[in-house]
Amino acid sequence: MDQATPRTFKAKDFASDQDVRWCPGCGDYAILSAVHKALAIQGIAPESIAFVSGIGCSSRFPYYMSTYGFHTIHGRAPAVATGLKIGRPDLQVWLVTGDGDALSIGGNHLIHVLRRNVDIKILLFNNRIYGLTKGQYSPTSEFGKKTKSTPLGSVDHPFSPLVVGLGAEATFLARAIDVDAPVLGEVLAATAAHQGSAYVEILQNCNIFNDGAWDTLSAKESRADALLHLRHGQPMVFGRARDKGIVLRGLRPEVVTLGEGGLSEADCWVHDAHDPDPTRAFILARMWAPALPVPVGVLRAVQRPCYDAAVNAQVATARATPGDLHKLLVGRKNWTVS
Amino acid sequence: MSMGESTAPVRRRETLESVVVRFAGDSGDGMQLAGSQMTLASVLAGNDVATFPDFPAEIRAPAGTLAGVSGFQLHFASDEVFTPGDAVDALVAMNPAALAKNIKSLRKSGLLIVNRDAFTARGLKMAGYAENPLQDGSLAEYQLFEVDLSRLCRDALADTELGSKEVERSKNYFALGLMCWLYERQLEVVEEEIAARFQGKPHLLDANLAVLRGGWAYGENSELFRIRFAVPPAPAGAPGIYRNITGNEAVALGLIAASVQAGRDIFFGSYPITPASDVLHALAGQKSFGVRTFQAEDEIAAVCAALGAAWGGQLAVTCTSGPGMALKQEAIGLAVMTELPLVILDVQRGGPSTGLPTKTEQADLLQAIWGRNSESPVAVVAPRSPSDAFDATYEAVQVALRHMMPVIILSDGAIANGAEPWRVPDPAQLAPITAPELATAEGLGEKGFLPYSRDPLTLARPWARLGTPGLQHRIGGLEKSEGTGHISYDSDNHHNMVVLRQRRIDNIANFLPGCDVTGDRQGDVLVVSWGSTYGACLTAVRRAQRAGKRVSHVHLRWLNPLPSDLGELLESFRTVLVPEMNLGQLYKVLRAAYDFRGHSYTRVAGMPLRVQELEAEIEALLPS
Repeated sequence: MDQATPRTFKAKDFASDQDVRWCPGCGDYAILSAVHKALAIQGIAPESIAFVSGIGCSSRFPYYMSTYGFHTIHGRAPAVATGLKIGRPDLQVWLVTGDGDALSIGGNHLIHVLRRNVDIKILLFNNRIYGLTKGQYSPTSEFGKKTKSTPLGSVDHPFSPLVVGLGAEATFLARAIDVDAPVLGEVLAATAAHQGSAYVEILQNCNIFNDGAWDTLSAKESRADALLHLRHGQPMVFGRARDKGIVLRGLRPEVVTLGEGGLSEADCWVHDAHDPDPTRAFILARMWAPALPVPVGVLRAVQRPCYDAAVNAQVATARATPGDLHKLLVGRKNWTVS
Repeated sequence: MSMGESTAPVRRRETLESVVVRFAGDSGDGMQLAGSQMTLASVLAGNDVATFPDFPAEIRAPAGTLAGVSGFQLHFASDEVFTPGDAVDALVAMNPAALAKNIKSLRKSGLLIVNRDAFTARGLKMAGYAENPLQDGSLAEYQLFEVDLSRLCRDALADTELGSKEVERSKNYFALGLMCWLYERQLEVVEEEIAARFQGKPHLLDANLAVLRGGWAYGENSELFRIRFAVPPAPAGAPGIYRNITGNEAVALGLIAASVQAGRDIFFGSYPITPASDVLHALAGQKSFGVRTFQAEDEIAAVCAALGAAWGGQLAVTCTSGPGMALKQEAIGLAVMTELPLVILDVQRGGPSTGLPTKTEQADLLQAIWGRNSESPVAVVAPRSPSDAFDATYEAVQVALRHMMPVIILSDGAIANGAEPWRVPDPAQLAPITAPELATAEGLGEKGFLPYSRDPLTLARPWARLGTPGLQHRIGGLEKSEGTGHISYDSDNHHNMVVLRQRRIDNIANFLPGCDVTGDRQGDVLVVSWGSTYGACLTAVRRAQRAGKRVSHVHLRWLNPLPSDLGELLESFRTVLVPEMNLGQLYKVLRAAYDFRGHSYTRVAGMPLRVQELEAEIEALLPS
């Protein structure tokens, strides 16, 4: 290949030759297609990218990519990806996981990869159910949910993936929904560009075991009223007629109707994704339907040194004076027998 | 008695071949330091040595209690030494608890040096003594030396401005100075160590030197000791540079040597755990060799990160002890399935569960060989002594990279913390380390890259260099189709892959030497050992051989696979003795693999096996 010519890519350049084996109608298809497109736009070659996953429906993702891929064990993908990235900072590392894989069995690894800010892109497909084990409730399932393992309703309180991420000091938080391709594409582009752990919750429909979990957010007719599309530097305005806004009163967000009570766009909360103080990002991460619209887009994108870069910087500094094996082996105290 | 006056008392000088000393005191008394510095003085005096640090899991149990007693045993001799010694010749007891806990280990007529100042009513009560043993005649069968250690330290430091705590803390150096005098060890070695330790703290440096020399002078000038001992140097070993080394240090050096030889940086994923953490500490300081240490959030993350690094082409290592090993097993299974090179160090300790964190045991053998779901065979190697941990580690890396597979190193607490002299290898003479790296897609056939194609000799699959165009591939824990590596649920393919994974382990034996037998290859009793019981077994067998008995010894370095000529060897003896610090784990492995008659000898006491007990076992099996 002529090095002088930059390579350009098409979405299909990132697809593998393997048959995709998700259930027909699964939200994962739309996400796969959006990732193929986002990577083509990004323009990094497939051989310079690695996809790592855990266990679950979402974690089959690497098999459908033409990049390098590692389908690991349940919950441990963040650890595998961390080791890979430390040793191979030249590779772009993506991690695909689900609400069970990342938040239940792998919760420990997720919070630590975010805390360390390892330069990895994390896509968490949240369908609020265990799909591959055929329909048990997950850590994001709603309280009272009836499933095979909770016939009388779940008495487990759920948590929000993004709130957990913020608690773990994540530098990049975003949310998108499988059926909304433009927002998903925009979020994936920002994810690819972020330096550090980029953590994305993708609301995804499991049409077999939890069909319609996101219907109020995803249905075309209600979507504009139920979702708040965040844009950095823009006032938070939403609604089909773009006549609603979010006003921040103290630390409490409120929905207002623009034009009523003398309120206009200028009174709305202006999104600052780069605010180093996580307080407002926390408010955004906690906003949920039906009382408030659900934020999608990039909630937070701040800069902090990456763990992998710091590790390699220490090694590079030490290597300025390369180790002497003989000197190391003989140690400080020794004696000679002749 | 008069201190510091004109002439030294008249005394006898006795030459000994071998001496076992033990320092015992509170965890905060610096017994490990005193012991390891006397070890250094002994190796530099030309003796062969072996050590056994024996300390509690508690960092600082309440002072004066039995729970807080820390000991360090040192065996030095003018002949080859293979064990830290059965019975102690000289015991230093810094307080009543140390005496109570260690007196059993002192041989009859052994030297007992106690810090009389610590034998207060309170100290005696905490150690559970109703009467003062220094006064009730219960120590009559030992040579008792009562030394006012605390007071003598205060006297030695009377002119300094040190607080009473700091003065008290220096008394280990007084005991060390006294022991160095008693056994004619050079003080200079210890003085250099003190100088290094208290660099930048001149008042502490001077104080500790004063106390050390005070201990020596006390031995020299007081009339307490009528005898002094010399232990001449051992015959010079093979020419070369020697140093003292612990097992954990040797593992770290073995890894770095292998890394340099293989041309691959080390990725070391670890979670702190006793008694393995020192390997992490040793490697964390070696970044100039490209070592990347990762202190993970847990044991599972440590092994998983290492596996990710292995996929990326690093020399990947993880390190733990028994409980952590249990946590890592699923990920080791993934390494078996994905056929990636990974070195797993398990420094065995007493168990089950949390067990005896600071004590030694050999009870993870079955966990190492079989402790994963399904048919998941893993190669297992065990060092036999602290210095041998270098070679065992180096070999583990060789096998992991050559055959593309995980390899478990089974060390143990005795090896990890024990020390002995080591002849340092010449870096230029290190054995080659090869790996089936593939870093170009050029020349691949029509089918492109086949990640599960393999070398017919090593049965290793290619280690594709990530980032190489045309070598993109997907691996994972699902069953692989031979060749393509694609997911396969085909029943015949699964059977073939299960058999293949076992064959990959068996095949290693073709690259390893056969049994190294001490003695004839036939006879009455064959003693079979593995791991840290090597020294005790070898010593017991040699004694039996010197007595004209038809006894031989074979020590197994690789536990999986076993040497190809082992079955024949086992059948060539009337009976076989397998001594272990577990309930017969190797014995079970051998019984499952071979048809032979044998006996399992087991003792799981958190302590190394004693030569004497093994001699008795061998004797009982010999024809009358």
